Amino acid sequence: MNAMISTATPSTAYNFAYLDEQTKRMIRRAILKAIAIPGYQVPFASREMPMPYGWGTGGVQVTAAILGANDRLKVIDQGADDTTNAVSIRKFFEKTSGVATTTLTADATIIQTRHRIPEKELTETQVLVYQVPIPEPLRFLEPRETETRVMHALEDYGLMHVKLYEDIATHGHIATTYAYPVKVEGRYVMDPSPTPKFDNPKMDDCAALQLFGAGREKRIYAVPPHTSVVSLDFEDHPFEATKFDHACALCAATHTYLDEVITDDAGGRMFVCSDTDHCEERRAEGHRGDLLGEAPAAIAGSAA
Amino acid sequence: MTGQPLLTAESVTKFYGSRLGCRDIGFELYAGEVLAVVGESGSGKSTLLKLLSGQLEPSGGRVLYRMRDDVTRDILTLTEAERRFLFRTDWGFVHQHAELGLRMGVSAGANVGERLMAVGWRHYGRIRDEAETWLERVEIDATRIDDRPTAYSGGMRQRLQIARNLVTSPRLVFMDEPTGGLDVSVQARLLDLMRGLVADLGLAAIVVTHDLAVARLLSHRILVMKDGRAIETGLTDQVLDDPREPYTQLLVSSILQP
Ligand SMILES: Nc1ncnc2c1ncn2[C@@H]1O[C@H](COP(=O)(O)OP(=O)(O)O)[C@@H](O)[C@H]1O
Ligand SMILES: [Mg+2]
Ligand SMILES: [Zn+2]
Repeated sequence: MNAMISTATPSTAYNFAYLDEQTKRMIRRAILKAIAIPGYQVPFASREMPMPYGWGTGGVQVTAAILGANDRLKVIDQGADDTTNAVSIRKFFEKTSGVATTTLTADATIIQTRHRIPEKELTETQVLVYQVPIPEPLRFLEPRETETRVMHALEDYGLMHVKLYEDIATHGHIATTYAYPVKVEGRYVMDPSPTPKFDNPKMDDCAALQLFGAGREKRIYAVPPHTSVVSLDFEDHPFEATKFDHACALCAATHTYLDEVITDDAGGRMFVCSDTDHCEERRAEGHRGDLLGEAPAAIAGSAA
Repeated sequence: MTGQPLLTAESVTKFYGSRLGCRDIGFELYAGEVLAVVGESGSGKSTLLKLLSGQLEPSGGRVLYRMRDDVTRDILTLTEAERRFLFRTDWGFVHQHAELGLRMGVSAGANVGERLMAVGWRHYGRIRDEAETWLERVEIDATRIDDRPTAYSGGMRQRLQIARNLVTSPRLVFMDEPTGGLDVSVQARLLDLMRGLVADLGLAAIVVTHDLAVARLLSHRILVMKDGRAIETGLTDQVLDDPREPYTQLLVSSILQP
C-alpha cells in the first residue's frame, strides 16, 4: 500500500468524533485518573458504538475522547494499516471528525492499535491507543471480579506467578507469548493484551503516552510517558522477548516482529514484517530481503 | 511453650438474624496444642471455626491472636491485608471438601507453591524443590507433581490440601471435618499422617469433627458443643473416658457401641 496522508470532510450529521461532548468529558476524566495511577483499571461508562465489541469499541472511545481537529490518526491491526478492522475504524474517524489520517508512524499524533506497537520508536508528541478485549490479568485463575479488585488493592499478586509456574511446569519455559503480564511503575500488574510479548520491552520507558480501552469490560488504563514497565518472570527463567530465526523476506530486517504468510497454493511461505509501514520504509531506503523480487504484489505491496 | 496463649476466644457469639449459630464460647489455645470441637450436625462447629479464623464477624465477644512478633491482636481489628497475610503464612485452613481449598485448574506443584510465590519466592527451581519435599511429606509420589488435583483420589486431594497449607510453616491450622466423606481405610491413613505432622511440626490446630475417634487420635483437649453452646470441655482422654454431661455420655456411648 502507498504511504498516504489524506484529509476528509466530516459529515455534519455527527458530533465531532461521534461521541457527544458530555460523554467525551466523562471518558477524559477516566483517562486522567488512569494516567495518575499508572496500570490501574479505571471503570468508565462505556457507550454503545456503531460497531460490534470485538472491533475495538474501547479503543475507539478513547481515541474519540482525545482526538482534536489538528491530529493525524493512524490505525493498525496486526501491525497493518489495510486490514478490514483498521480500515473501518480509520473511515469511521474520517467520516465523523474529518481529521487527517496517515499510515506513516512518524507522522501520526495518535495511533490506535489492536495488537502491535509500531517498530519505529515513538515520541513524546504521540499517543498510542490500545484496543483491549480482556483487561484483567488475574482473570485466568480468579474469575470473581470482587476478588481481583481486592487483590489489586492489596498488591496480592502471587497468582500471576502461579500462572507462569504452570507454564514452565507444562512447557519447560514460559510459553505465554501474547498478553504477557507486566508490572507498571513497581505497583499494578497489567495485561498489555493482546500484544505479543515481543513488544513488551517497547512499553518500558516509552516516550509516548499509552492508553488502553476495553469497551465490553468498561475499563480504561494507562502508562504515562517514561514509566517503568517490567515483564513478570522468575530468577531462573527470566523474561525473553520473542526472537525470530529469519530476517524479513522483503526488507531483510532482523529486529522486527515477523508474520508468516502463505504465498501460493503449493505451500510456499515467507516471513515478513508485521509492521507494514516500517517494512515499506526500509525498502524505500534500499534494504532488500531475499524474496523481495518474487513476492506477490498482494504481500509486498507497491513499494516492492 | 511461652506463657501467652496463641489464640484466645472470649464469649464468642454469633446470631444469623434470630437464629443462634453459637453462644458464649471461650477458651485458650497454646502453641503446639490441638483442640477438637465435637458435636452433632447443626451444633455450631463450623460457625465457631469461621469466627475463630476471622472469616465471620461475631455478634458478640472477641478472638485474640498472638502474631509472630508476639503482639496479641484482636483479629477483627486486623486490616484486610494483615488478615490475608496471616492466612497465607501463619495460618492454614483445611476444608472438608478439598476442592474448596485447592485450585483444581493447576498442577499439584503450583498448588503447593502458591503460598511461597505469594510471599515473594521468585526462583522456579527452588519453589519446585520445596513443593516436591512437601508432596513426599504427605506421602504423594513426587512424580505426580505436574498432575492436576482432578487426577487425584479423594485421599490424595486431602493430603495435597494439607501440604499446600503447611508449606509456609504456619503455627495454627483450622480444619473443618478433614476426614469427612472419605472411606474408612483412607481416613485412617490420613489421620495417621496428620498426627505425625502435627507432632513433628509442633502445630497448634483446631479440628472440627463429629467423629470422636478423630478427636481421640488427634487432640489434646476437646470442646463439646450442643445447640450452639460449649457444654463440656477438658482433656480429651478424660472427657471421652469419663464424660460428665449426659449429652457427652450419649455421644461417647453411641460410638463405643459395636
Ligand atoms: N449462613 C447461615 N445462615 C443462617 N443460619 C446458619 C448459617 N450457617 C449456619 N447456620 C445455622 O447455625 C447453626 C449452626 O450451624 P453450623 O455452624 O453449620 O453447625 P455444624 O457445623 O456444627 O453442623 C445451625 O442451626 C445452622 O442452621
Ligand atoms: Mg459443619
Ligand atoms: Zn520487513
